[in-house]
Amino acid sequence: METILSIQNLWKIYPNGTVANQDVSVDIKEGTIHAIVGENGAGKTTLMKVVFGITQAKSGNISLRGTPFAPSQPSEAIDAGIGMVHQHLMLAPELTVAENIVLGVEPKRGGVFFDFDTAVQTAQETSEKYQLAVPVDKLISELPIGTRQRVEILKALYRNAELLILDEPTAVLTPQETEILFQTLDQLKEQGKTIVFISHKLKEVKRIADTVTIMRAAKVIDTKPASELSIEGIAELMVGHKIDLSRVAAPEHIGPAKLSVRNLNMTRDDGVEAVRKVSFEVAGGEILGVAGVEGNGQTELVRALVGLLPVDSGEILVGSTDIARLSPKEIRQLGVSHIPEDRMEDGVAPLMSIQENIIVDRYEKPDFSTWFRIFWKNVLAHTVGLIRDYRIHAGSPKHEISSLSGGNIQKCVVARELSADPDVVVASQPTRGVDIGSWEHLHSLIVEARNRGRAVFLVSADLDEVLKLSTRIIVMFEGEIVARFEDASTVTAQDLGPYMLGIKRQEESSATVSA
Amino acid sequence: MQQFLLKNFDAVRTAIAILIGMLICVLLIILVSSSPGDSISIFLFGPFSSQRTIASIFEIATPIIFTGVALSIAFQAEQFYIGAEGAFYITAAVGTAFAVSTSMPWFFHIPLILLVSGTFGGLWGLIPGYLKARFNTSEVVTALMLNFVALYAGLYLINNFFRDRAAGFMVSFRLPESAELSRFIDRTRIHWGVVLALVVAVWAYYFLYHTRTGYEIRTVGHNPKFARFGGINVFKVIIIVHILTGAIAGMGGMVEIMGIHRRFNWQDLPGQGWDGVIVAIIGRMHPLYVVAAAIFLGYLRVGGQQLRLMSDVPFELVLVIQSAIILLITARAFLSQWEARMVIRQASEEAES
Ligand SMILES: Nc1ncnc2c1ncn2[C@@H]1O[C@H](COP(=O)(O)OP(=O)(O)OP(=O)(O)O)[C@@H](O)[C@H]1O
Ligand SMILES: [Mg+2]
Repeated sequence: METILSIQNLWKIYPNGTVANQDVSVDIKEGTIHAIVGENGAGKTTLMKVVFGITQAKSGNISLRGTPFAPSQPSEAIDAGIGMVHQHLMLAPELTVAENIVLGVEPKRGGVFFDFDTAVQTAQETSEKYQLAVPVDKLISELPIGTRQRVEILKALYRNAELLILDEPTAVLTPQETEILFQTLDQLKEQGKTIVFISHKLKEVKRIADTVTIMRAAKVIDTKPASELSIEGIAELMVGHKIDLSRVAAPEHIGPAKLSVRNLNMTRDDGVEAVRKVSFEVAGGEILGVAGVEGNGQTELVRALVGLLPVDSGEILVGSTDIARLSPKEIRQLGVSHIPEDRMEDGVAPLMSIQENIIVDRYEKPDFSTWFRIFWKNVLAHTVGLIRDYRIHAGSPKHEISSLSGGNIQKCVVARELSADPDVVVASQPTRGVDIGSWEHLHSLIVEARNRGRAVFLVSADLDEVLKLSTRIIVMFEGEIVARFEDASTVTAQDLGPYMLGIKRQEESSATVSA
Repeated sequence: MQQFLLKNFDAVRTAIAILIGMLICVLLIILVSSSPGDSISIFLFGPFSSQRTIASIFEIATPIIFTGVALSIAFQAEQFYIGAEGAFYITAAVGTAFAVSTSMPWFFHIPLILLVSGTFGGLWGLIPGYLKARFNTSEVVTALMLNFVALYAGLYLINNFFRDRAAGFMVSFRLPESAELSRFIDRTRIHWGVVLALVVAVWAYYFLYHTRTGYEIRTVGHNPKFARFGGINVFKVIIIVHILTGAIAGMGGMVEIMGIHRRFNWQDLPGQGWDGVIVAIIGRMHPLYVVAAAIFLGYLRVGGQQLRLMSDVPFELVLVIQSAIILLITARAFLSQWEARMVIRQASEEAES
């Protein structure tokens, strides 16, 4: 097989002095799927950004089909047949899906004017060709993050990329969507395309990759054919110990309900019912997991629970207070904390420092300020503590948070929300994009909160996560609860599947059954 | 050295931008002037040639510090409220009206006038602020329209009710002596307003970087969704920011009347509001840097005046240099390659050792 992309002795140092790639060499063979794995901050994204021309290496050589290649901007990489789907999506929120897909290579009427109809049509065709369903005439800002992800992939495919770089594309997809994506990738591979695939989900790596490169601390540890590696083997190479996928023990003591939702209804801006007659309770000491294909009302539900979206009718009780009309701040003061599904949109202010991001919910606490002054020294000490306790790879708390790797930004968000010691944790995709070592670590922290009698409401596209952590599980489909499992310990992914896809539903959605 | 350059990279970059701007200006002077040597030295050193010219720098800078600091607060919250010009003008008119209709000892009169004008300026800023916070109306558009409203309302007020017909010009009555900010250096017009301006700048710095509300303002500016998510009341922040900007800019207008003109004599918008935009950008929206930027702008202006008086170079040239400098400073990419190279050299030295 031909080597399509060869990276030799590449060094990348960021302006703040971080060495992100240290003497990295990788060969990528044409027509294969090449996975890159490694802990958060290992330098995977950076390496791909260099290949795609977003940032430039300090030294080293890249060659594309044997000719030296050093793109100084993405357009050069795109012209050379490289497509990249970024870890943090880069779509124009105020444009439609179709416009985003064709952006930069728009169809023109008379060579001048943007031809909207053709754009919609080609976008639709592309969507059908690769079996990635997207609503082509919707605005990006109206779409849940998983759908945005598909738009990004289509955008790259539309440009006829020969070498497709996917940076954690499945972090925001459900297992079903992931499987569809994999079929697409297999198909693309058969057509001779090459795919670089970054993921923290080793099962996926094993399923899809031909070759695996493992990175740690800015260096390449090893590159091997996937067939020679087991999931456990990769994990061990990455984090140095075995990973435990088994379920957590059921809680010993479950207290009274801390979060109760009754007959909740919500409508989206476009008039579609997003949440319908949803009722549930989460008690102190338990974790209620929500399974469901993303886009079935979970996003809206979660945002209502924390005061970011209004509801049409129904009650949301925290303790005995109805919070349906309260502001985000008042809800936080009642002891609710929130890990948002999209960390870059709601979770952080990218250009503020890590410490300024940490205190957003607590800067008014007496430890950190009085009415006339913020005690930055205390803020700094507090942040240093969180960086240590949550094992965040960060230089100084005063660095911009966007200079951290994706997984480490996620850990900052989780650190803030769990360290608030909330009564109720509303966690949406809490471990999105973190490496398997941190995945385990964050899980133990969530379970610890549970054991301290907190109520945890967990929404995740990662079924392994839902199954591992949940005490009880509900399944959402088209805005409704279609199944409830009162004892999660015996539930399997196969049990959930038909409900998630809307093939089956328990008769009375308010009825309860055990699996 | 390298360490120092890196630590202060923004400052270094600004300094270099200024140098290049000056260089362009010098080149232009060489092109247009018949005695370039003299003209250049008039331009560069003229501002320092006498006590009078040095004082001019600070006289010009004083109102611009007010408007620049006011706009820094708005810009930090990503509010492009550019109505400082209108607030400056109309508050001066209203403040003058108040000052000439009241009389009391100066230690009551001056604080009271400042209070009245600050309050009025704040209310003036509240209009676009409320429209923005409540209806998401573009503050740029409302502020621009309000600048015209300010001009005509101010003219109407002064010309119809407070016009000094004895003066022979369209000006207001003279302020009572108890309302004048006194000048404290002989043979100059430097007045206590410069001290007020510095106090306001230091306060604004402290406010933005060391208080809760300042933190809220900067957070809303960086990412309003995140601010809301975290529990910050975005509505409140937008309102506060507009009130403060209007109040500080407006106070600046009244201070200019009380210290320099001593009566309201503007028949048109005087331009300090726009100068405020310039120094807020050059000063990177940091109140203390804004002070330096305002003084620098004063220096350029005085140099320009000197040129006009004493050489054959047109005054417009000063505008050229200003634009060149602003363009260079605002171009984020300017010199960033150089910075990157320096960091890399340093980091690899460390990696190897
Ligand atoms: N713009 C930046 N400025 C400074 N440092 C950066 C920047 N981007 C990344 N880094 C640093 O470079 C290192 C590698 O980051 P990178 O994003 O490549 O990691 P990654 O392997 O993709 O991690 P993750 O799995 O969390 O996405 C990290 O230490 C990170 O803090
Ligand atoms: Mg990454």
